[in-house]
Amino acid sequence: MSDTMTEAPLVRLTDCEKRYGTIIALTGVSLEVHAGEVTCVLGDNGAGKSTLIKVIAGMHHCDAGVYEVEGERVRFASPREALERGIATVYQDLAVVSLMPVWRNFFLGSEVRKGVGPLSRLDIRFMRETTRTELHNMGIDLRDVDQPIGTLSGGERQCVAIARAVYFGAKVLILDEPTAALGVKQAGVVLRYIMRAKERGLGVVFITHNPHHAYPVGDRFLILNRGRPLGDFARDEITRERLTALMAGGEELEQLSHELEGAAATDTALGRVAEEFEHEVAELSIRKTPPEPPA
Amino acid sequence: MSHAVQAAAPPSVPDERIARRSPLARLLARPETGSLAGAVVIYVFFYAVAPPFRGLDALATILYASSTIGIPAVAVALLMIGGEFDLSAGVAVTSASLVASMLSFQLTMNVWVGVALALLLALGVGALNGYLVMKTGIPSFLVTLATFLMLQGLNLAITKLITGTVASPDISDMDGFGSAQKIFAAEWDVGGLSLRISVLWWLLFTAIATWTLLRTRVGNWIFAVGGAQSSARAVGVPVRRVKIGLFMTVGFLAWFTGMNLLFSFNSIQSGEGVGNEFLYIIAAVIGGCLLTGGYGSAVGAATGAFIFGMTTQGIVYAGWNPDWFKFFLGAMLLGATLLNLWVRRRTEAAR
Ligand SMILES: Nc1ncnc2c1ncn2[C@@H]1O[C@H](COP(=O)(O)OP(=O)(O)O)[C@@H](O)[C@H]1O
Ligand SMILES: [Mg+2]
Repeated sequence: MSDTMTEAPLVRLTDCEKRYGTIIALTGVSLEVHAGEVTCVLGDNGAGKSTLIKVIAGMHHCDAGVYEVEGERVRFASPREALERGIATVYQDLAVVSLMPVWRNFFLGSEVRKGVGPLSRLDIRFMRETTRTELHNMGIDLRDVDQPIGTLSGGERQCVAIARAVYFGAKVLILDEPTAALGVKQAGVVLRYIMRAKERGLGVVFITHNPHHAYPVGDRFLILNRGRPLGDFARDEITRERLTALMAGGEELEQLSHELEGAAATDTALGRVAEEFEHEVAELSIRKTPPEPPA
Repeated sequence: MSHAVQAAAPPSVPDERIARRSPLARLLARPETGSLAGAVVIYVFFYAVAPPFRGLDALATILYASSTIGIPAVAVALLMIGGEFDLSAGVAVTSASLVASMLSFQLTMNVWVGVALALLLALGVGALNGYLVMKTGIPSFLVTLATFLMLQGLNLAITKLITGTVASPDISDMDGFGSAQKIFAAEWDVGGLSLRISVLWWLLFTAIATWTLLRTRVGNWIFAVGGAQSSARAVGVPVRRVKIGLFMTVGFLAWFTGMNLLFSFNSIQSGEGVGNEFLYIIAAVIGGCLLTGGYGSAVGAATGAFIFGMTTQGIVYAGWNPDWFKFFLGAMLLGATLLNLWVRRRTEAAR
């Protein structure tokens, strides 16, 4: 792997457990984020992906386990503190204010001002220009940064939010299902931006339930199932097919195949389906724990 | 290690999905454009049908009538852009003037003391409205409906209790009245025209609000908390402070309007103000504010108030039955709302 592995990772989570009251949303989850790498977190709905990133983003704390940033143990009081340590999160639904112009969105909460006292005002020209050039550097060419950001497509809005995090000095970029609501082409645009952020040396945590989005950009894949790690693979340890199969919910697949077999006794059509399932499960040979964490 | 798919992104990808907007489309997308066009149409209309409407003295009267709605409407517009309502603004105007006049009168103090205490009270009511809305998450429509009713009850009951009548005492011969009148309700004779200071205040407040909205950080935050509160919070906008500040701004301008009325008429009826809160909201909506927040302008609200002033006075100058006024107001509100709806559809079409 790359030589960044010898340094302390940007983010390291060890044996994290997180409960909501009696619900155990995460348990035994470990994750590392290195500069210039994309760590994909995959899992079905309710697997605990959002919970995991909320822990990293400083919205929640681990109930057990260790959270380190650049080798230093931390306990963030708010997302703001995580942001100050360079951990920026782009939430799919919370990315932007759609009626506001692109440049106002870009600088929202971190406005650049000039003048002092009561004459302190927005440096509009600087913010417009910066927005234009930053978006251009990320490969998006807006002629008019004054248009309401709601007139951009979902993918473009995600990209603005990503460019924004990069501009404001994020070291770690967390993206919660940025491609989930997007069509193929727009998802492609977002994936390209993830690669851009990686090339700029950021550590990216990319949450998705789509292995076809994860595989092309990911360096590591953490698969969650019902709050537990179902596997943690470096890119060269896993094929796209296996990743897809694992994502389809390995254990459930096995369970389903047993149930189908039972039902197949009375229904020949179901029998064929059950056979196919059995075949697929056999091919899978699920690894419940990763073999050896790469040194 | 090698990747199957490398980031082979071209340096720049002009996306065909990005709407290109013509200058005309951009002008049409300004929140106040519709109301400005409406104001011109209404002005031309009354100019044509009502000869007395044409004089400069009529314009002065119209501007004054507009300013009494326009001053609080500026704050109400800011609040609506910030995503909230204030139904208590109309009676808060009356509360402020009652407090100022009765406190000074009962304690035989300089009226400025009453004026200052009324300001504290008005800001306090605004802060309370804001705090309750932010703390409980109850819609501001309900919270301020409650404060509206309570203030109205207090206005009537306390005035009756203290003065035994439904009006505050005349304070025109009290200490400080003259200087306060100069500030809040001066009237100048300019070449035979009576020009009221409240018109200048109205323009000043509109200008300050416009500058704040478009040129300052707070203005950015106002649009953001109204447009998408949780997004704003996520990027570090102090949502609670912004919203409470907006409610207090409404309190401030309600107080200012109350002082204008008090020092214009020397005495105040305790039942006044009910229903005016809707006129403020209507002025803001005609001026392009969205009921859902995040969009609007102070110039628009001022234009809305001017339309209101022109219509009330224009109907009188035209010699019509004033009963028609409410019909016109309703029709204009409907027109403005439809225009706003169209604007929003266009803006959010790509969502
Ligand atoms: N605030 C919460 N309170 C209680 N349970 C929650 C809360 N947030 C998430 N959960 C539960 O935790 C589990 C994991 O949720 P989440 O992390 O949102 O999953 P994902 O993002 O992978 O779909 C789910 O069973 C969900 O119901
Ligand atoms: Mg989720």
